[in-house]
Amino acid sequence: MIVVDQLSKYYRVANKQPGFKGTLKHFFDRKTYDVPAVTDISFKISPGEVVGFLGANGAGKTTLLKMMCGLIHPSTGLVDVGGFSPQRRQTAFLKEITLVMGQKQQLIWDLPPMDSLYVNAAVYGLSDHEAKVRINELAEMLELGEELTRPVRKLSLGQRMKSEILASLLHKPSVLFLDEPTLGLDVNAQARVRSFLSEYNKRTGATILLTSHYMADITALCPRVICIHKGKLFYDGDLDSLANSLSPSREVKVELKKPCASEQFEKYGEIQDLNDRFVCLLVSRDKLTAVVSNLLTDFDIIDLEISDPPIDQLIGELFIKGEVN
Amino acid sequence: MNRYFKTIRLFWSTAFASQLEYQLNFLIELLAMFGTLLGSIFILSLFFTGGRQLGDWTWESALVIQGVYTFLDGLTNALLRPNLTEIVNYVREGTLDYVLLKPIDSQFWLSVKKFSFAGLPEIILGLSIVFWSSIQTVSSFSIYSLSVFIISLLIGFVILYSVWFLIAASSIWFVKTWNATEVLRALLAAGRYPISAYPVILRFIFTLVLPVAFLTTFPAEAILGELKFNILFLGLILSSLFFIFSRLFWEFALKHYTSASS
Repeated sequence: MIVVDQLSKYYRVANKQPGFKGTLKHFFDRKTYDVPAVTDISFKISPGEVVGFLGANGAGKTTLLKMMCGLIHPSTGLVDVGGFSPQRRQTAFLKEITLVMGQKQQLIWDLPPMDSLYVNAAVYGLSDHEAKVRINELAEMLELGEELTRPVRKLSLGQRMKSEILASLLHKPSVLFLDEPTLGLDVNAQARVRSFLSEYNKRTGATILLTSHYMADITALCPRVICIHKGKLFYDGDLDSLANSLSPSREVKVELKKPCASEQFEKYGEIQDLNDRFVCLLVSRDKLTAVVSNLLTDFDIIDLEISDPPIDQLIGELFIKGEVN
Repeated sequence: MNRYFKTIRLFWSTAFASQLEYQLNFLIELLAMFGTLLGSIFILSLFFTGGRQLGDWTWESALVIQGVYTFLDGLTNALLRPNLTEIVNYVREGTLDYVLLKPIDSQFWLSVKKFSFAGLPEIILGLSIVFWSSIQTVSSFSIYSLSVFIISLLIGFVILYSVWFLIAASSIWFVKTWNATEVLRALLAAGRYPISAYPVILRFIFTLVLPVAFLTTFPAEAILGELKFNILFLGLILSSLFFIFSRLFWEFALKHYTSASS
């Protein structure tokens, strides 16, 4: 469905030194140089997959996404989406895809979403009847009602985002590019957008490509993740094995009856945190059972909890280290 | 084609609805529009109190040029300014992304998305002046002169549109080009007077380099039945070239579009 082969993109940028002198220099003698945004990335995505793109700010996720939907011309390499070359932006291709950007809006600000929806329907060549059926269907899935007839500027961010999503899905696209679709939404609104996307994927079999800063979006929706760091791909695979390969250890949290010195815990594992009666240890998976049973016999323990270290923390560490173990 | 007409209809009806959304603002806009109208009529009245010859044009025929100018200015206010100055914002804010991903010609979208109804009275006034003042000179219009008039108006409009669009499209590199569009309005204003009222060197520049003559003087000549056929032919070629160039330039510009960062 989607093939990306040795894709690279360089941006030409100019730096400006501070101060008046810098401004003059920037105006008259602008020095530009190429900055790689994406370097030599290859992967394949099958129809119906939901794939999450992970990376720090400026890692190249958005550039990659925009090359796949045809907004940015690649410097070198190939992109193929459903047999089309995106940068040519053929009508048949554009009718198959959609882009949702969490921080930009396409709805007309002063009018109710319904007006923008009918403009979009006309642009995509849908008849009024088709548009109506489609709007009703999507509005029901998104739990949108009379909000659609209220001016966009009077809607809450969550309602606006849902209306934006409705506007982007009117033409039944089979590939969805979502760039931070839950940005700025509260926890409930995020959850609703997430459950909508997952249901939409199940109902229509659409392929979904998603970038997000909220790890919860990725864990809830994307079985497969592609990690990008400084423009390079360094992990492509399922989320669970990413967690395993990132952290071969598990977290053991212990609540003690009385405080103990830190030296006493050193032989069990790496001490993450020690605070009065609470201890948090990192223990490798193979020693886990032995360590837990030793802890229970050696100490007076009120409570014990075993968990995976939080995934966003792992990803954060990963971006600092820059590689997978 | 049908899809494009339906899209224009919806574009303009939503534009009208957006303008009506703020009632007070709409009223103020109506007042401002009448202010502009009165201003134009005042300037026109100055022509009657003069008595000097302007180039080889009589006062009545010079008035035809004023009429064409008023008409084009109305069209500019209704269509060109609301749409083409907006391109800069599309580029700066990155919402051009949405336009480019629609299965519709992006130049079409950017050129007709909005319609400001405040330009309509000027359009009507302009046409009325043209017909009223030319009837003083020619006493009746032939089908031929009317159709040549419409074609030459179209030529003028296409040239003005293409040059303006070119400048607006360059915002893909320079991002801000508001000053450049002001230069264009000044150019149109230069067309308020018959081209032969200018010195020879400017006459040459205004005909071939910056085709101001095609905007106002030639349509006026057309309705007066004085336009030479070879000028009309030149106009057709020139305006097609300008239009084709604007399309090619837009395609070229889009290859350099980097989209605003998230």
